[in-house]
Amino acid sequence: MTAPATLDEPRTDEHAAVDTPWVTIVWNDPVNLMSYVTHVLMDLFGYSKARAEKLMLMVHEEGRAVVSNGTREQMEVDVQRCHGCGLWATLQQD
Amino acid sequence: MKFSRARKGAVTVRLEAGEARLLSRCAADLLELLGPEPVEQDDLFASLGLSGGQVDRPSDPALLRLFPDAYASADEAGREATADFRRFTESDLRAGKRRDARTLVETLQGADGAVQLDGRQTAAWLGCLNDLRLVLGARLEVTEQMDLGDVSEDAPEHHALMVYTWLGGVQELLLQRLL
Repeated sequence: MTAPATLDEPRTDEHAAVDTPWVTIVWNDPVNLMSYVTHVLMDLFGYSKARAEKLMLMVHEEGRAVVSNGTREQMEVDVQRCHGCGLWATLQQD
Repeated sequence: MKFSRARKGAVTVRLEAGEARLLSRCAADLLELLGPEPVEQDDLFASLGLSGGQVDRPSDPALLRLFPDAYASADEAGREATADFRRFTESDLRAGKRRDARTLVETLQGADGAVQLDGRQTAAWLGCLNDLRLVLGARLEVTEQMDLGDVSEDAPEHHALMVYTWLGGVQELLLQRLL
């Protein structure tokens, strides 16, 4: 048995994020060109060039970056699309 | 090789006969690595995730790079989820990479100095160039620290390294026209 959830404030995006705590991570690899990673992130996720470049640099410098979040099923779709384009991507619960 | 952009996504490639032959051969090798098309019925079942059989984790590092593990976690739950992901996605992913490689081969057939690519064909070229580099990079065990210019001309991997470097240059030129 479980107590009903009480919501004492309106749902915000922050709350929605708690419900969908899965993320797609792109990992650094020595082969993919920086320009290619930027292009793929723009193409797959509709990110602006500036946002895609920022994520690409995070992958390059820190070894990984979260590129999307959502439900597990959504992240499996995103990882499959990344693999289709040759990005080294995994999903996990955040 | 030179790329020029006609309209959004469409591109004209100017290349020499030797370049066209080398690219075709690379794409044909990739098609061989990816294996034959499954027969229709298997394909249907596979696309529904009903092929029943397990899709094995590739033992070839090049294939493993094309079809990496979807879950980084190596515990039992992670391994199981990765195996399920393979069962449901790998046949579609292989089909997409085969399609790209076939597009590259087909558009190069009879290429006389120039090839016109529409948006879809341009995307296929870009994807296939990347797959070719991933496969060669895995075979050559490329690292970020590696200085490709340091490899002796007598080394057995010299030719593959030249092709790898050349493909990177071609891909970069194409990206310059797209970004």
